[in-house]
Amino acid sequence: MTTMTEELKEPNSQAAPTHATPKPQVAAGQAAKSVAGRVKIDVQNYSAWFREKRALYDVSLTMAEKEVTAIIGPSGCGKSTLIRAFNRMHETVAGARSEGRILMEGKDILGPRVDPVEVRRRIGMVFQKPSPFPTMSIFDNVAAGLRLNGMRDRRVLEGKVEWALHKAALWEEVKDGLHKAGAALSGGQQQRLCIARALAVDLDVLLMDEPCSALDPISTAKIEELILELKQNYTIVIVTHNMQQAARVSQRTAFMLNGKLIEYDETGKMFTNPSNKLTEDYITGRFG
Amino acid sequence: MSFDFQARRRYIDRIMAALCAGAALLAFIPLASLLIYVTSQGLSRFDWAFFTHLPAPVGESGGGMGNAIIGTLTLVFLASLVGIPVGLFAGIYLAEYGKQGKFAWLVRFTADILSGVPSIVTGIVAYQLVVKNMGHFSAYAGGIALGFMMIPMVTRTTEELVKMIPLSIRESSLALGVPQWKTILQVVVATARNGILTGVLLSLARVAGETAPLLFTAFNNQYWAGSPNQPTASLTVQVFTYAISPFDDWHAQAWTGALVLLLIVLSINLTARLVFKNSSQMLR
Amino acid sequence: MEALESLKTKNGVGEGGKPSPASFLSDHQGVAALGDKIFKLVTQLFAGLVLLLAVLVAWELWLSSRPALAKFGWSFLVTSDWDPVQEIFGSVPFVYGTLASSLLALLIATPLGLGISLFLTELAPMKLREPVAFVVEILAAIPSVVYGLWGMFVLAPLMRVYVDPVGMKLIGPPFFAPPSTGLSLFTAGIILAIMILPTITALSREVFEAVPNVYRESALALGATRWEAIQMAVLKASKAGVVGGVMLGLGRALGETMAVTMVIGNKPEVSINLLAASHSMASVIANEFSEAVSDMHVAALAEIGLLLMAITLILNMLAHLLIWATTQKFKAVHK
Repeated sequence: MTTMTEELKEPNSQAAPTHATPKPQVAAGQAAKSVAGRVKIDVQNYSAWFREKRALYDVSLTMAEKEVTAIIGPSGCGKSTLIRAFNRMHETVAGARSEGRILMEGKDILGPRVDPVEVRRRIGMVFQKPSPFPTMSIFDNVAAGLRLNGMRDRRVLEGKVEWALHKAALWEEVKDGLHKAGAALSGGQQQRLCIARALAVDLDVLLMDEPCSALDPISTAKIEELILELKQNYTIVIVTHNMQQAARVSQRTAFMLNGKLIEYDETGKMFTNPSNKLTEDYITGRFG
Repeated sequence: MSFDFQARRRYIDRIMAALCAGAALLAFIPLASLLIYVTSQGLSRFDWAFFTHLPAPVGESGGGMGNAIIGTLTLVFLASLVGIPVGLFAGIYLAEYGKQGKFAWLVRFTADILSGVPSIVTGIVAYQLVVKNMGHFSAYAGGIALGFMMIPMVTRTTEELVKMIPLSIRESSLALGVPQWKTILQVVVATARNGILTGVLLSLARVAGETAPLLFTAFNNQYWAGSPNQPTASLTVQVFTYAISPFDDWHAQAWTGALVLLLIVLSINLTARLVFKNSSQMLR
Repeated sequence: MEALESLKTKNGVGEGGKPSPASFLSDHQGVAALGDKIFKLVTQLFAGLVLLLAVLVAWELWLSSRPALAKFGWSFLVTSDWDPVQEIFGSVPFVYGTLASSLLALLIATPLGLGISLFLTELAPMKLREPVAFVVEILAAIPSVVYGLWGMFVLAPLMRVYVDPVGMKLIGPPFFAPPSTGLSLFTAGIILAIMILPTITALSREVFEAVPNVYRESALALGATRWEAIQMAVLKASKAGVVGGVMLGLGRALGETMAVTMVIGNKPEVSINLLAASHSMASVIANEFSEAVSDMHVAALAEIGLLLMAITLILNMLAHLLIWATTQKFKAVHK
């Protein structure tokens, strides 16, 4: 990863964020070291519908904390629907419904007494299209989530904003222009701004729905590097249609097809020796 | 403290949602009241005589608004003679030839601006142009005033509808060797026919309900207008005249006139919407 | 046989039986091109008529108000007297009535219209949207004189009996002072509010629906409540467009004639008492134009019309600009 970034370095970008511990090198093809941590997300027989059309069929899997889990599959396989279930965004669509349970650290987030606003505060999401709020400055964008929760103290806000921008590897590039419009940044910077915005509110889980689809290769590489950094503190779930990306950043990968979970395994094993024929067909490019 | 704050956020969310729903509900009230009153008050004189008789002399009861109903139909017809051709062809121009260029932009801008001109001002213009030159009020003057109002409306709706026809239909026709002008008329406009008709119908409904410009163009007439060259009664002006009069009988007839007017306008509107629904299906 | 031969020659088919390419193509080209040119010209002409209409409106208005413009000049804008007999004319009471009733209508209709359009675009389940949208559309279709009739015989008495007394008690003079007949600036403002509600609702809807969904979702994903997400993602971004919609509503209110003249009392007086009778620019033209005795009277009325048109024109131009700019901004940001 480091070599690739060095080769594709943007002329005026700063060096990789200062970091004491060496970044773990994960080369595609090698068995990824899976952090044997506690179960963070436990999906139990989850199904989802958009009105009459069924999108997910009894999906069950568990994700460990501080790991990156990738969800791959062809268009329409339900990977976005699944990830959007984790922060209860699925229900914001008119006519959407679901069955099953999704436990976060043991508690069912789909429970009747659970406030979706609470869930979304603890679980952040980055979307495919980088979407900093158009009328807000960089600072206001990052502070948005904090202000929603009542934080008013300017000094505290400034501290948190700086921390989040550092965490998202964007601080050096914007520190002199925090008052400038968020929309004035480049696509890759906007996406990192959205990541900072999500991180600012003390999350433990970060969901990423095809975060690099709309970005150029250099920005993509930067964000992938960022993901590998972030996983030291956060549980990350990333939906991607790019298998190589899944291989680069994730410890585990889930392969979905037509709303069903086909295979879920350690990334290294999944890409070199998949158990299911469908997985193998997809990975080798026979369809999708 | 943080718990109260979160609870407050939830309350605000619910209150705002309730306020918005309340606003939506509030919209029903004046409409319901109006429809109820017009119907209940208007039905009392809703009879055959109303549609066929002339107004009774001042102070006497009875009579009807037959001439006013015919008058409205006449005026709308005259208006469409002016408004439809101009609006249609101007709209086609804008849609087919008006993608760039200052002239097209100016025409479009002007049409938008003209649709904001108060109808009474249009009446003054028609008065100066027609009534003053003819020396008397007439249905022609009223029709022209209403026609002037129709032009910007029909232009814009025609443009929007013709623009919606996909490029593929035009290209298919041109590829067959059909000249461009035939393509536009016989293929594109024909496909957009329903939508254009909707726009025309809506503008007809609009001018049928107009009063102000008629007050000093078509003026009014207690008798059947012999020709469009004479002052002509209209449903709208008659309702107005009766409403502000001191006679109870005339008030009652004003309600009936309003009922008939409402029925005409709303049924044209409904027809327009039905026509449009069919057209969207055609495009698919 | 001969007919066929003549057809062949007509179409440029030579003796050998093959069509000669040059003549075939050039004939066809000529006719089609001519047809195209004529058609384009015809439509261009009609489009030009639209421009002509605008020029005509401006010209005729100016022409008919020239005598008054010449006689009164700028004093027309500041004089309060309106005396057809002595031929002294000033526009102040009418401008006041028009502006006051329209602004009152705005104050009432804007929050309601925003609430309804938010209800329709953000909050309501699908089933509830249709009837509400339908009601708003019907409100827009009702003719002005029918509103006026209802205003005169239903709303005005209601105001006089139930609402005005409340106003007099709660707020009192100078804004709510007796006597109240129900025919007043206040009633006119309310009926105008009902009439411009569909305009504000429809245009706000257009602007809200143009906001890309990803902003709403970003706000929700941050842990915002529905209302907070609307504030952050929708309202803040569409401010300019909403203002444009409100301005168009104002424009409609300014030009409204029949409903206003039937409930405003038609007294050319300036008073901050909302319960007092008043007048408006459109109403005075409606009432007096057909019976105007002198040429100067007609000219003065025409000048009022000119004034009215100028105000609504400027307002409409600004409004369209704002709405266009807002919806363009969203298209630009999200390609």
